[in-house]
Amino acid sequence: MEAEFETITYEQSKGVARIVLNRPSAFNAFTEVMNKEIIKALKTASKDSEVRSIVITGEGKAFCAGEDLGGVDENTNHADFLRNRYHPMVKAIKQTEKPIVAAVNGTAAGAGMSLALVADFRLVQPETKFVSAFMSIGLIPDSGFLYMLPRLIGYAKALEVAVLGKPITGEEAKELGLATEVIQSSEWEDGVAQFSEKLADMPTQSISLVKRYMIDGMNSTFEDLLEKEAQAQRIAGQSHDHREGLQAFKEKRKPSFIGN
Amino acid sequence: MANEFIQTYVEKKTGIIQLDRPQAANALNRQMVDEIVEQMERFDRDDSIRVIVVKGNEKAFAAGADIDEMMDDSPLSLELTNPFAVWDRMMLIKKPVIAAVNGFALGGGFELALHCDLIVAAENASFGFPEVTLGVMPGAGGTQFLTKAMGRAKALEWIWLGQQMSAREALHYGVINRVVAPEMVKEETMRLAHQLAGQAPVAVRLIKEAVDEAVDTPLEDGLKLERKNFYLAFASQDQKEGMKAFTEKRSPSFKGV
Repeated sequence: MEAEFETITYEQSKGVARIVLNRPSAFNAFTEVMNKEIIKALKTASKDSEVRSIVITGEGKAFCAGEDLGGVDENTNHADFLRNRYHPMVKAIKQTEKPIVAAVNGTAAGAGMSLALVADFRLVQPETKFVSAFMSIGLIPDSGFLYMLPRLIGYAKALEVAVLGKPITGEEAKELGLATEVIQSSEWEDGVAQFSEKLADMPTQSISLVKRYMIDGMNSTFEDLLEKEAQAQRIAGQSHDHREGLQAFKEKRKPSFIGN
Repeated sequence: MANEFIQTYVEKKTGIIQLDRPQAANALNRQMVDEIVEQMERFDRDDSIRVIVVKGNEKAFAAGADIDEMMDDSPLSLELTNPFAVWDRMMLIKKPVIAAVNGFALGGGFELALHCDLIVAAENASFGFPEVTLGVMPGAGGTQFLTKAMGRAKALEWIWLGQQMSAREALHYGVINRVVAPEMVKEETMRLAHQLAGQAPVAVRLIKEAVDEAVDTPLEDGLKLERKNFYLAFASQDQKEGMKAFTEKRSPSFKGV
C-alpha cells in the first residue's frame, strides 16, 4: 500500500516498511510536514500486519540534517517548538511496538541524530557522521537525545558528545556501542535489507515486549523490573511464536515465526 | 430483568460486571449506572461471591457520561430526577470492589473507578476529568474522591485543566493501586481478586468499614470503630480458624462466618 507523502517516501516489502526522508537538496532536514509524515508513516506501518520491522533512512548523501534552521529566529519559542513538532515524532518512534532500524546512510546532525538515537538499532557506513551540533549554535541536544544517549553509551561518553560535539564516525559509533553494524557503502542497500528482513522474521511480539520494558527499565528498581518481566513473559508464553519455537527445537528444525 | 448495558458473570468467588456499550466507548448513561449499581447490590447479597470486579473492554473502561442524554437538562429537571443519587448506593457495598481499567477512564468513567475500592490499570490507561472543557464539572463524586485520593493541589490542577493523567502519574499520586501490561489487566485483576477472595470475608468487610471511616471521621471516632470491629471479628469462626491454623503452622480455610 502506497500512502501519499510530500517529504518522505514509504514502501513495504518482505515484511519491512521503509521510510525514506526525501528532501535530499536540504540534506533531509526536518520540516513541520516531515515531522507529521513520519508519524503518519509509523501509524501505517503499525497497522499493517504484514510489516514486522521498520527502516528509517535518508535519500541522497545525508541521513538527516536536523531542524531546518531557516525556520528558527529570535522570536521562536523553543519549548513550544519541541512540544508541538518534535515530541510527537520521537514519542511515536518510541511507542511504535515494531522494531525500528535507523539506517544512517550519511550525516545525522542535531535532531537528525536524536531521531537515530531513539530508534532501536543503528546501521552505519564508515562515512556516516553523528554530529550533535546543538552546542555550536548555543543550544542543548534535544528530542530525546539527553534521555537516550547516556543509556546507549554511558554518561561520560554521552557528556563528551553532547558538550564537545566532536563528530562520531561510523567506525567510532560501532566501537562506542552506538551502531549495531558497519556496512560498506558498496554493500549498503543489501546489508540494510538483510538486517531488517532478518528482524522481520523474528518473534515480533517478543521484540516489542523487550522494547517496551528494557530501556525504561533502566529507571526501575530490580523488583519492579522482575514483575514486568514476569508479565511480559506471561504474554510471550501464550504466543504462537513461543509454541512454534518449542516445537521447532524438539523437531530440530528452524522455527517459522509469524510475529505473535 | 435483563441488563442492556452490562454483562455479568462469575469466576470462582468473584462476580464480574463488564461494561458493555462498546459503540459509545462505554460512556455511562443513566440506565447503565442503574444496572451497575443493582448488580453490585446483587453480588453483595450473594453468599457465594466474595469480591466484585468492574471492567470495561480493551479500548475503554468508560470514556465519560452520555452527553446527549444531559444536553437538554435544566437545573430543575436535574433536581427532580436527581440522576447522581444512585451513585451513593455504591458506597454501601460491603464487599471489595476492584476496577480493572484498560484504555480510557474519563469523566463519569473515572468517577466509577474512584467509587471502587482498588484500581488495577494498564500501563497505557488514561484517567481524567474533561468536564471543564465542556463548561461544566464532575458531578458524580469526582471532586471529592480525587481530592481525597491525591490531595487538594494536584486534584485542582487535574480537574481545572481537564487533561488526561497517565497510569504512571495516577499510581505516583496514590489514585490507583497497580499498573500492569495492557494485555495482563484482566489476569492480574483476577489474581488480586482471587487473593482477596481467599482472605477471611468477615475480616475483609470489617477492614473496609474501618478504613472508610478513617477518610472522614475524627481520629477518636475512627479508633473507636476500629476497636469495635476488632472485637467483632472475634465473633467469627474464621477468627478461631485463622489463629488455630497459625499455631498449627498450616494455611487457614476461611468459611466467611
